[in-house]
Amino acid sequence: MDSKRAILEALRRSAVPAAPLPEQPAPIRYADPEKQFGEALTSVGGRFLRAADAAGLSAQLAALEPFAGARRMVSLVPGVGRSDLDLSAVSDPHQLEGLDFAVLPGAFGVAENGAVWVEGASLPLRALFVIPQHLALVVPAGALVETMQDAYRRISFSGTGFGVFVSGPSKTADIEQALVIGAHGARSCAVAIVG
Amino acid sequence: MGHPEAAARFAADDARAHWHDQALWFVRLKRDRQAHALPEWEALRSCAAQIKAHTVSRLPEYLEEFEKNALAAGAVVHWARDAEEHNRIVHRILSERGVTRLVKSKSMLTEECDLNPYLEARGIEVVDTDLGERIVQLAGEKPSHIVLPAIHKKKEEIGALFHEHLGTKEGASDPGYLTEAARGHLREKFLAAQAGLTGVNFAIAETGGVVVCTNEGNADMGTSLPPIHIACMGVEKLVPRLADLGIFTRLLARSATGQPVTTYTSHFHGPMKGGELHVVVVDNGRSALLAAEAHRRALSCIRCGACMNTCPVFRRSGGYSYGAVIPGPIGSILSPARDPARYASLPFASSLCGSCSDVCPVRIDLHSQLLAWRGELAAQGLVPAGKRLAMKAASVVFRHPALYALAGRVGRFLLRHLPRALLYPRWNAWGRQRELPPAPARSFRELYDGRDDG
Amino acid sequence: MAPTPTVGLFIPCYVDQSYPQVGLATVRLLRRFGVKLHYPREQTCCGQPMANSGCDAEAKPLAERFLRIFQRYDHVVAPSGSCVSMVRNHYHRYLAGQPGFERLRENTFELCEYLVDVLGVKRVEGRFPHRVGLHQSCHGLRELRLAQGSERVVAPFDKVRSLLGSLEGISLVELTRADECCGFGGTFAVAEEAVSCMMGRDRLADHEKAGAEVITGADMSCLMHLEGLARREGRRVKVLHVAELLAGAEV
Repeated sequence: MDSKRAILEALRRSAVPAAPLPEQPAPIRYADPEKQFGEALTSVGGRFLRAADAAGLSAQLAALEPFAGARRMVSLVPGVGRSDLDLSAVSDPHQLEGLDFAVLPGAFGVAENGAVWVEGASLPLRALFVIPQHLALVVPAGALVETMQDAYRRISFSGTGFGVFVSGPSKTADIEQALVIGAHGARSCAVAIVG
Repeated sequence: MGHPEAAARFAADDARAHWHDQALWFVRLKRDRQAHALPEWEALRSCAAQIKAHTVSRLPEYLEEFEKNALAAGAVVHWARDAEEHNRIVHRILSERGVTRLVKSKSMLTEECDLNPYLEARGIEVVDTDLGERIVQLAGEKPSHIVLPAIHKKKEEIGALFHEHLGTKEGASDPGYLTEAARGHLREKFLAAQAGLTGVNFAIAETGGVVVCTNEGNADMGTSLPPIHIACMGVEKLVPRLADLGIFTRLLARSATGQPVTTYTSHFHGPMKGGELHVVVVDNGRSALLAAEAHRRALSCIRCGACMNTCPVFRRSGGYSYGAVIPGPIGSILSPARDPARYASLPFASSLCGSCSDVCPVRIDLHSQLLAWRGELAAQGLVPAGKRLAMKAASVVFRHPALYALAGRVGRFLLRHLPRALLYPRWNAWGRQRELPPAPARSFRELYDGRDDG
Repeated sequence: MAPTPTVGLFIPCYVDQSYPQVGLATVRLLRRFGVKLHYPREQTCCGQPMANSGCDAEAKPLAERFLRIFQRYDHVVAPSGSCVSMVRNHYHRYLAGQPGFERLRENTFELCEYLVDVLGVKRVEGRFPHRVGLHQSCHGLRELRLAQGSERVVAPFDKVRSLLGSLEGISLVELTRADECCGFGGTFAVAEEAVSCMMGRDRLADHEKAGAEVITGADMSCLMHLEGLARREGRRVKVLHVAELLAGAEV
């Protein structure tokens, strides 16, 4: 007997009483989701930016040292930042090593935890959200949900697909519970709501 | 060595045990702050528990649904009955592709299967990339906690370790400096790796996807640079629908580390362009646990570690005192299911305070299960004979009120009149650090006025 | 009007033998609120030590005895959360289906719980002009839900504290860890002596840091452990059962 059948049969031998799937509880509602998003993002080490348009955002980013000092940058958001690398010519993610900054589109933000949903389909290479030293995610105004329960109602996968919630910069507290920002991924993460 | 002896050894270094206690209590407090920020917290816990109960009630169906959808998304699904088969499968995938350099992100399952030594013995370099796991790997140790693998180590010890292995400055112990050194060291490993292995926090039957949660981004580095991704999961990691993650992602990080969500919550459906995704589905004792009605609920565990952080015994005895891959309250109910004799002391390594049951995000009745295990171990003759005998004798006394009253009078008389040396011999564990209870001349039953009302 | 219920007084074995004054205080307190008391003398031990050691065969006859002795009362009250929890939450393993068991289980109460929930007591007359630390015994807290507990996100309540707080002159101190276990845990206190004593000393230190002159609680077993440690180390803090404070003890 192959292992799959053996495992499934072993599991089937247990008569586990039926248990219905529950209704989800009503999640918290925030008076001002955008304010809550900004506070949550700040609490996880991110930086919250609010801009009316791409030009306004560019001006705000220019004031941030990681952006201003970036020698190699890519941007997938029109009108924000620049691309020093022709991503259409890159097939090997290893070539992304050495990127100082990436500006990427976020599909929507989550107010309760400052997370941004980044769709794999929006990235020519998956590694783009984790290899660059610094990250800015650009979320259109109005694209904010309050909780993860709401978030998953907006997501679907049909067949192949990658997607990631990014909540602030990469971090660790593995040495004596001391929080250190910048473990493996981005050392800083700015999220801009634009529009 | 059983838990009491190992715990006594840990607790003997009072300052260090208190340091450990305080570090984990700090995490518990962060968890409390996050939980109390959500009025629906208790309802979320109930909902999660019900989703898990439902899932295990239809596990074979959901596993088949998962496999079908994972295949459709382009993943390869492997099935492993036990640790040995799991290791063999992982090794075969790697060796067939000529992989000699593997980066790994945290997976308690591969710890359970002892995968690292298996692969290393076959010429594959395995680098654990979670900072805490890399620390214990360099030290030649195992994780002492499932979420905070190096919580038992002081920064000075990590500094010395990194000085030896990564060439950091001698005597340097600043966590920021050490983390930066690890970042540089591990980035080289990520760039050089030919394959990445991750655990699985959740697998979604409805979509065939697997979800991995980390704060450091190590799973994402390890799965977006090398083209081969191997994801190893126990059969219990399934959730029926994508929407169920809305519940679990709200509970997991809040319970684990007191964060509102992990930094990265990554959803994999099929491989990246030109790559491969292999999902290894492992039983290794889980179907047996499912069969044990009394202990089935332990399969709901989402490995957040909250029961360890809150456990007053774990905090003061350290993860290693449990002598098991998964320590703490959850480990103390999972381990005896594997080997009752070997882990017989673990269900007793608890004051049954119940704090674990109240923090558990999936409402596993941990302390009730610890108690249930005690009964099973006693029934199997795995409780120390002395304790067994004492309880037998006490039970006889308590069944005869006159004998009980007499024993009480004699006992109290002796307590009042015997010299200290006889009352506090070395074997009196109560009296080593504590005074014995008072021995009044008359008991309540002797003092009670005997006047029942009405 | 319904006839006054008869209460079977359940005095745990170690209270009977080592802390008779706690039993006497319980009697005084309940009588003050007009309770009709009976103390069945054939009672001994509820069997918890055996049950918690896994020795179910030894615990079962004691559970059966308990049911025989106490099923004749309208209510059963004990000055111990842990022993009451044994009846309410653990006896079903030995007595499920036995006639009278469900009624016994529903009508067995911890002392403060009985005063608050059944008798509706809001206030206890008396004066206790001291700084007091309340030790939340785990079984009372998490198995009987005498208070909300720091882990849970529910509306705050605390039955023991509400009674204590009504005493004149009392000052209840705030602990750093409001409801951490003291480390008694029955046979745990002996089997895991090292960790048990460390836990107990940590509780004592927390109470002392908060300025408590007296430590009290609803379970004498935890207090016995704390008192044993305090006495050995010559600490000044006094240990009294909550029944003693409510019944008008002086220190």
